[in-house]
Amino acid sequence: MDALLIGTVIKIVLVLAIVAALAGFGTYLERKVLAFMQRRLGPTHVGPFGLLQIVADGIKLFTKEDFIPQNANKFIFMMAPVVTAATAFIALSAVPLFPTFTIPDAIPFIGGAIVPSVIADINVAILFVLGMMGAGLYGPLLAGMAQANKWGIIGAARTAVQFLSYEVVTGLSILAPIMLVGSLSLIDFNNAQTGGIGSWIVWQQPVAFVLFLIAGFAETNRTPFDLLEHEAEVVSGYATEYSGLRWGMFFIGEYANMITIALLASIIFFGGFTPLGFIPGWLAILLKVTFFFFLMLWVRASWPHIRPDQLMWFCWKVLMPIAVINIIITGIVIMI
Amino acid sequence: MMNNEKQKYVMLDLGGTPATPWCSFKQVMKRTFKGELFVGLWVTLREMFKTLFLGGKHTTKYPLEKLPISPRYRAIHDMLRLLESGHYRCIGCGLCEKICISNCIAMETRYDENQRKEVSEYTINFGRCIFCGYCAEVCPELAIVHGARYENASEQRAGFSLFEDMLTPIDKLHLQKEYEGFGAPSVDADAKIKKTPLAY
Ligand code: SF4
Ligand code: SF4
Repeated sequence: MDALLIGTVIKIVLVLAIVAALAGFGTYLERKVLAFMQRRLGPTHVGPFGLLQIVADGIKLFTKEDFIPQNANKFIFMMAPVVTAATAFIALSAVPLFPTFTIPDAIPFIGGAIVPSVIADINVAILFVLGMMGAGLYGPLLAGMAQANKWGIIGAARTAVQFLSYEVVTGLSILAPIMLVGSLSLIDFNNAQTGGIGSWIVWQQPVAFVLFLIAGFAETNRTPFDLLEHEAEVVSGYATEYSGLRWGMFFIGEYANMITIALLASIIFFGGFTPLGFIPGWLAILLKVTFFFFLMLWVRASWPHIRPDQLMWFCWKVLMPIAVINIIITGIVIMI
Repeated sequence: MMNNEKQKYVMLDLGGTPATPWCSFKQVMKRTFKGELFVGLWVTLREMFKTLFLGGKHTTKYPLEKLPISPRYRAIHDMLRLLESGHYRCIGCGLCEKICISNCIAMETRYDENQRKEVSEYTINFGRCIFCGYCAEVCPELAIVHGARYENASEQRAGFSLFEDMLTPIDKLHLQKEYEGFGAPSVDADAKIKKTPLAY
């Protein structure tokens, strides 16, 4: 019991540290990829290839004034970024990151221990992750309403619109794969696709995958659906009055969510961390997550974003019927 | 593209606004399955590969690299020297001082021991200069010309340049280029000259 507790704490600390660092590195990647796609250079001056730009940004965020507007609801204003960042990381706790591995005997004390690389293998992992990411939307919602700024209010209203639109599609799109696998645990999803590329669920459920990807973009506020903080329209939306570290927490939350969605897509539809031929499992999932992360940046560089009413129209009138039809067809096929 | 080249505008055929629900449905379907979104993805990916591997970057790292500027660009003035003797070209005629629209050239002249005019004081106040180029145009000797120094931020509003600062350094004389900008004779000036009646 103690060993389990200590192991879990170690894993929590590791995941927190690594994902927070990856979120920082993600900003660097995003700037570089966007720059190359727009024929620019991106960060180049701080450190080799501009890599230390992340550190420079971090120092800037840490040393900025922590500003709270006069008429804001101070408590909620201060709590909202924590909600976004915390839920993003809590969601990660139920997502398996790597295959289970054994620590080599050469390492003292812990050698030989078997480490399952998921912090908590709960049997309703998918529900838990989606629920946590949904709860994360309280961050922008509360932030926008607490800051006594009209742009913030608009941002909060758009958060509600977005939330009401895509959450339906996320749930319904993922229902069909769940029916196929018959479990809500992400480990079971992974184990259902051990038969190489041919056994990936994406071949059986391409429609569900596309729907899930679209909803995932909406869930992480990525570009075609970045209504919440679109500078050209609502200054910075819910984040207008935020500065320094609190603003940074929103950012880390967003990037952690991107990583979570990329992980979910890889595990549910693309075989997760099962070894791919000669590629070991941990590398396979790393490649898949990298690809989905890149896809988000790629899409941001390529596509314009849509209006809130178009998002609602799109989600309710197009995606939801498709998702329902997909579920019905899947059900019929399973019955036969 | 040259300005006087004929522009080839093309009207895009955007089609009309769909009138009936069925028409809008058809339009949505057409746009959905035409794959235009993937064309967008392809374009950005192509540009990324071009930027990374084929040197398609458009960035100039400004303080480190500079774009070449046209000889007609009107930046901080230069005072040129005669190539043969190295003496400054200015004959102290005072035309530039006279024509300066913002009164920012101040000069004094006197006779030297050979009874030639020599420039004893010459300053331009760059806080007032509007870089109109009249001085370069009026100068009969092509002595005052516009150079290429366009980084003229300073701590004070009035920034004076002295004659010596603008004059080509004597050891850089071999680097001095003939001015092709504002007020200078054009490259084909000889061909354009018409004979005066005296020549007949
Ligand atoms: S450029 Fe115009 S304003 Fe400037 S010194 Fe020459 S004549 Fe005067
Ligand atoms: S017009 Fe030319 S030659 Fe005459 S004073 Fe000015 S710089 Fe000298």
